[in-house]
Amino acid sequence: MSSVAQKRGFGATLWDWLTTVDHKKIGILYLLGGGFFFVVGGIEAMIIRVQLLTPNNDLVSAGIFNQIITMHGTTMIFLAAMPILIGFMNAIMPLQIGARDVAFPFLNSLGFWMFFFGGVFLNISWFFGQVPDAGWTSYASLAMASEGHGVDFYAIGLQIAGGGTLLGGINFLVTIINMRAPGMTYMRMPLFTWTTFVASAMILFAFPPLTVGLFLLTFERMFGANFFDPTMGGNTIIWEHIFWIFGHPEVYILILPAFGIFSEIFSIFSRKRLFGYSAMVFATVLIGFLGFMVWAHHMFTVGLGPTANAIFSVATMAIAIPTGVKIFNWLLTIWGGSIKVTTPMLWALAFIPTFVMGGVTGVMLGTAPLDYQLHDTYFVVAHFHYVIVGGTVFGIIAGTHLYWPKMFGTMLNEALGKVTFWFFFIGFHLTFLIQHWLGFWGMPRRVFTYMDGQGWNSANVISSVGALFMAIGITIMVYNIIVTSIKNVRVANDPWGDGRTLEWAIESPPVFYNFAQTPLVRGLDTVYIEKMEGNLSGITPAEPVQDIHMPNGSFIPFMLSLGLFIAGFGAMFRTEEPWGMAVLIIGLVWTFAAMAMRSLKDDLGFYVKKEDILKDMKRKGGQK
Amino acid sequence: MADVQVYKKSTAEFNLGQRRARKSMRGQIMMFSLMIFLTIMSFSMVMAYQADVIGFSKYLIIPTLMLFAAVQVGLQLYYFMHMNEKGHGIPQMFMYTGVILAFTVVLTFSTIIWW
Ligand code: HEM
Ligand SMILES: [Cu+2]
Repeated sequence: MSSVAQKRGFGATLWDWLTTVDHKKIGILYLLGGGFFFVVGGIEAMIIRVQLLTPNNDLVSAGIFNQIITMHGTTMIFLAAMPILIGFMNAIMPLQIGARDVAFPFLNSLGFWMFFFGGVFLNISWFFGQVPDAGWTSYASLAMASEGHGVDFYAIGLQIAGGGTLLGGINFLVTIINMRAPGMTYMRMPLFTWTTFVASAMILFAFPPLTVGLFLLTFERMFGANFFDPTMGGNTIIWEHIFWIFGHPEVYILILPAFGIFSEIFSIFSRKRLFGYSAMVFATVLIGFLGFMVWAHHMFTVGLGPTANAIFSVATMAIAIPTGVKIFNWLLTIWGGSIKVTTPMLWALAFIPTFVMGGVTGVMLGTAPLDYQLHDTYFVVAHFHYVIVGGTVFGIIAGTHLYWPKMFGTMLNEALGKVTFWFFFIGFHLTFLIQHWLGFWGMPRRVFTYMDGQGWNSANVISSVGALFMAIGITIMVYNIIVTSIKNVRVANDPWGDGRTLEWAIESPPVFYNFAQTPLVRGLDTVYIEKMEGNLSGITPAEPVQDIHMPNGSFIPFMLSLGLFIAGFGAMFRTEEPWGMAVLIIGLVWTFAAMAMRSLKDDLGFYVKKEDILKDMKRKGGQK
Repeated sequence: MADVQVYKKSTAEFNLGQRRARKSMRGQIMMFSLMIFLTIMSFSMVMAYQADVIGFSKYLIIPTLMLFAAVQVGLQLYYFMHMNEKGHGIPQMFMYTGVILAFTVVLTFSTIIWW
């Protein structure tokens, strides 16, 4: 197989993408899949805001409103934010550590397809007209009372997608532990790699509880078990615990990779080494650990008792300390730097005050007595949108602009990027700042409408107008992406001009084996070090050019995930449709057949020949 | 396929390897006997309780059994799954993290849900 690009037909290209195990392509698939669900979730958000625009509105009924908010939350967290972040981890992290591939390319691809089919499974519920409506938290009492198959779609869809995420996390952990280039010690890893590492470890520990919870819910709803039904000796509070044991770490899984992206941006565009690198690493690990000790702050009003509330309240506030350490380190990175305000930098600069506001409201909510006032009001909605949008979504958009050239070889238009920023930034604060007050004024969250004359009208109008601004911003970004892709102006290795880590020393996009020669890493910001010492290529090779072993593509991950997808429908309709049981069995047999095929067939991969690599290197000689 | 490299050990290396293997074997046999001993102890305790021997109350036996079980898990991991050898720092870190997290969860559940 030659690495020289060949013109191929549509079928061959499609087959290539369906079977790819290349982490860069899987990264792009995650970005596309996550981007699609981001738009779906965004449309749901717009419907919510239009419904709440005026009092006593009846654009949608109460039942449909519940479905929309449930799907908005679930989609945004599980199918948009997390997959897009995993996409960046896939596309960038192996390059940052000087690896040619990830540790488990097959698992990686399986992770993507499970996410994809899980997401499709959830959203197919719209076509059945039976949509999850118990909130993204799916509290057991609501979930048990929900009629139709809505919550079943939630339980099974998330089970499949969550399995995919778990596989992805394990793959990243092993990759970072085992596949760093010579000289890349832990304390020389770029911050984005570090946050990927900690977020993956959190996935490893947080997703099994979710799996257990969903498993119990599935059996409760579909197979007649009684884990959560108090009349049958169950306990409905158990679900809340299990969900939040997963759920709070989950929000940190969402924010840590964004922290990583911002750390890269601050350092690149302040053209300075990250201030307090080791403190940053320590804070990241500490946040990851403490993230598991605070779940009950979501349950202060459940009645756990003053002792439990006090303990979890203190633990919650402790997290603000490492977070504060990070904020100060970013500020000191910018301080005295030679700052270039590019689009990614603009997002990063806006992130600091926005996220701090979200953190402060978090500490307020972490104060148990105050939480009795604020719980389940719009104040909570404001809090988590400030952290998730102001942190994660800003990070995702900043990362999209920053890494677009590395992933696609073209540069997004800077002017349009800034227009996107201003629309989105202003729209965001318009939408959510006022919601703090709505919460203080007593507006409960998750209500489908409200009465006139409670003083909530104009605040809701402001909020809805802001949402429109955000939608315009995103539309401009999509336009930017389309135009950039059509113009297709290719860029060189380091289009930003100030790249400090390994991914900026190879071409954009990289050849499929990433590094012709494994690099030797001589310190933190290794490319910067090389360049300062006069090595313009930015890389010192650690080995001669030699044959490179690479994995073969495989269609099995797609088929395996499809099997689970089919089995999901069978499980759901098992009792009420004559074909239900058969479909369940077919799906499971299909899945196991795919597994068996993977186990029984030896696939040793292939070698990229030295001559081909040399040819590639010569071809690149023409590039800047 | 790449060339398969055959590496020939020197006599000194060979002897060192032998010595190491013997030492590890000795450790494993010792630990194995200890584990069997612990198992016999556990069974005899329970049998003593069932035969109403004085002094073998439930409140003595259950915690002791738990303790023995924990020791056995440790021995299993360290001696038979080689966690006492070099290069296991990362797995150890992850396992201890998991243990701590699981402990917190069980502690919380047993104090505020199941109490
Ligand atoms: C200083 C750090 C933080 C603290 C002290 C904190 C505290 C809290 C508390 C106490 C609640 C429960 C409020 C209630 O339901 O009454 C809450 C809710 C929430 N927080 Fe945070 N938080 C922090 C950071 C974050 C971050 C970084 C994220 C995500 C990126 C996040 C996402 C959420 C979400 C999604 C909810 C709402 C969950 C729901 O009920 O649907 N928080 N936070
Ligand atoms: Cu939380």
